[in-house]
Amino acid sequence: MSDAPSLEVRNLVKHFPIHSGLLQRRTGAVKAVDGVSFAIRRGETLGLVGESGCGKSTVGKTVLKLIEPTSGQILLDGEDVTHLSPGRMWHHRRRIQTVFQDPYSSMNPRLKVGTIVGEPLENFGIASGRDKDERVAKLLERVGMRPDAMNRFTHEFSGGQRQRLGIAKALAVNPDVIVADEPVSALDVSVQAQVLNLLIDLQDEYKLAYLFISHDLAVMRHISHRIAVMYLGRIVELTDKRTLFSMPMHPYTEALLSAAPVPDPSKKKARRIIVQGDVPSPAKPPPGCHFHTRCPYALPKCKVEVPPLIEVAQGHHVACLRRPVGASPEPLTPTA
Amino acid sequence: MVAVPSDAALDATNDTPSLAQRIWTPIRRNPTIFAGAVLLTILVSLAVFAPWLSVDPLKQNTINRLRPPSEKFWFGTDQFGRDNFARTLHGARVSLVVGITVAAISAVLGLALGILCGYFRRLDAVVMRVMDGIMAIPSILLAIALITLTRPGLFIVVVAIVIPEVPRVVRVVRAVVLSIRAQPYIESAIAGGTRGLKLMVRHILPNTLAPLIVQATYICAAAMLIEAGLSFLGAGVPLEIPSWGNIIAQGRSFFLRAPWCIFIPGAFLALTVLAVNLLGDGLRDRLDPRLARRM
Repeated sequence: MSDAPSLEVRNLVKHFPIHSGLLQRRTGAVKAVDGVSFAIRRGETLGLVGESGCGKSTVGKTVLKLIEPTSGQILLDGEDVTHLSPGRMWHHRRRIQTVFQDPYSSMNPRLKVGTIVGEPLENFGIASGRDKDERVAKLLERVGMRPDAMNRFTHEFSGGQRQRLGIAKALAVNPDVIVADEPVSALDVSVQAQVLNLLIDLQDEYKLAYLFISHDLAVMRHISHRIAVMYLGRIVELTDKRTLFSMPMHPYTEALLSAAPVPDPSKKKARRIIVQGDVPSPAKPPPGCHFHTRCPYALPKCKVEVPPLIEVAQGHHVACLRRPVGASPEPLTPTA
Repeated sequence: MVAVPSDAALDATNDTPSLAQRIWTPIRRNPTIFAGAVLLTILVSLAVFAPWLSVDPLKQNTINRLRPPSEKFWFGTDQFGRDNFARTLHGARVSLVVGITVAAISAVLGLALGILCGYFRRLDAVVMRVMDGIMAIPSILLAIALITLTRPGLFIVVVAIVIPEVPRVVRVVRAVVLSIRAQPYIESAIAGGTRGLKLMVRHILPNTLAPLIVQATYICAAAMLIEAGLSFLGAGVPLEIPSWGNIIAQGRSFFLRAPWCIFIPGAFLALTVLAVNLLGDGLRDRLDPRLARRM
C-alpha cells in the first residue's frame, strides 16, 4: 500500500444551480460546498461537524461520487477519481463504501437482508451462490447479528440492527474508506454507543479510514481522531480532537462548543458565547469570512477578505483573520 | 431464563378464523375490487363460453327479423333475424380481447420506455417530447387514419389504440422512477456497486408495478370504449366479426322499432367498462402503500 492518504480532497466545490423564471435560466447557485480540503490516513477517523445545512452531507455524497463535484479533486489512495464517468468510477467503488444516516429508507424494503448485504459481493464478482451466503453470514456475525437474519426483511429489525446491517453491507467488499453520514443520529443513545463501538472495533481490525459526518459533538469526541468544523460550505477549523475541545481557535468552534450541553451544568465553563442571528443562506453567502455576520470578534476587514485555512500551530488549521500563524490560543476580545 | 411460550402455544391461543370469516373479511375490506372482479369474471366467462352458450351469431333468419326479446330470442333479433344474444356475447370477445391486449402491450412498452427515461436523462428529453407529440393527436383520428391506410382487422385496431395509450403509461412510470431514484436505498445500491440493468430491474422496477397495474386497468377500459367507437364509425373490426360497436351501428337505423339492438350491447359495454374501472379503483386503493398499511 502506498503512503498516500486513503482519501484526500483538495479544494472541493459543489454548487447547485438555481433555475428560475419562464425559461429556467440559471439565476444563481447554492454554494453547498465552497472549497474544502482534507486528507484521511489509513485507520484514522476524520470527523466533519457543523450545523444543519452547512454542506457536510454534500461533502460525503460528492466524495462517494453520488453527486458530481463542481470543481476540486478527490483522490482515493492517491488516484484522482474526480472526473471519472459513472462507468469508470465503478471500478473504484470497492474502495469507498458508505453507511447512511437513515437506517429505514436506505434499504430496499422489498429485498431480504441477505440480498442487500450480499449485493456488493455479487456486483464486484467476489462471491455468488452458496459462497456469498457464507460470507454474508460471517459479515452478519461480525457486526453482532445472527446469520439467520439474512432470510428476513429489513422491516423486521430495529434501527440499531438495521444500522448494523448497513455496516455489514459496507464491509462486504473490504473497503479502505467508509463515509459514515450521521450513522447514529437516528438511534437512541444506548444503541448509539453500541454502533459507535462496533465502528471503532472494525476500524482497528481492518485499518479503515472513516469520514464521519455528524452534528453531535459528544459522538465526535467518542469516535474521531481529528475533527473538521464546517460553516456554510467551508472548513473553519481542523485539528486533533484534544486540541479542538480544549483550545478551539475559531470563534465559530468556540460558540459551537459552548452551545453543546454538558453532563454537569454546574461545572459549565464561565465563558459562554451565544451567536446572534441565523445562518445566512448558502445561496447568498456573505462576502469575506462567512461567519462575520454573527461573529462577536469581527473586524472591518472580515467583511472583505476571505480567511484562508492556515496552519497556525502544529496540525492546527484555522480560517480566521484574527488568528495568524503562531497565534496564541488565548480568547479573543470582542469588538464593539 | 424466563419461560417463553412456544410458537405452537402462541398459535393455539389465537382463534383460527372460520371459513365464513376468511371469505367475508377481504370482501368487506375491499368491496370495490370484489364487485369489479365478480362482474368481470361473469363477463369473461360469457365471452369465453359464447359458442356453447348461444347460436351462430352470423346465421340469418329472415322470418324472425327484428323480434323483441322473448323466450326463444333472449335479446331479440336484428334486421337480418340474427340472434342478438349470440351477437352480444360474441361482441364481448372482441371488446375483452382488444381491452386486455391493448392494456398488456401498452403496459410492457410503457414500462420499458418509462424506466429507461427515468434512468437515462438524455434519452428522457428526446423520448418525452415524442410522447408529448403523440399525445397531442386525438386517438380516434389516429386510429381512423391508420385503418384507412391498411385493411381493417383486429390487429390493426389494437395497434391503433396502443399508439396513443403508450405515452400515458410512460408518463406514470417515469414519474415513479424519478421519485424512486431520489430514495436513499438507490444511492446506497449505487455506492455498493449496483448498476445498469440490475439497478433498474431489482431496485426500480418492483416499485413501479403498483401504479402500472392501476394504469393498465384504466387503459383497458379506455381501449374497449375506443374500439366500440371505431367499430361504430365503421373503422373498427370488419362486419363479419360482431362487436358491440358495429352491432350498435347496425341497430341505429331501426332504433325506434327495435331499441334492444342498441340498448343491450350498450349496457354490456357500460357494465364491462364499469367492472374494469371498479377493479382499477380498488387496486389503486389497495396498492397505494400509504393506504395499504391500514387494510
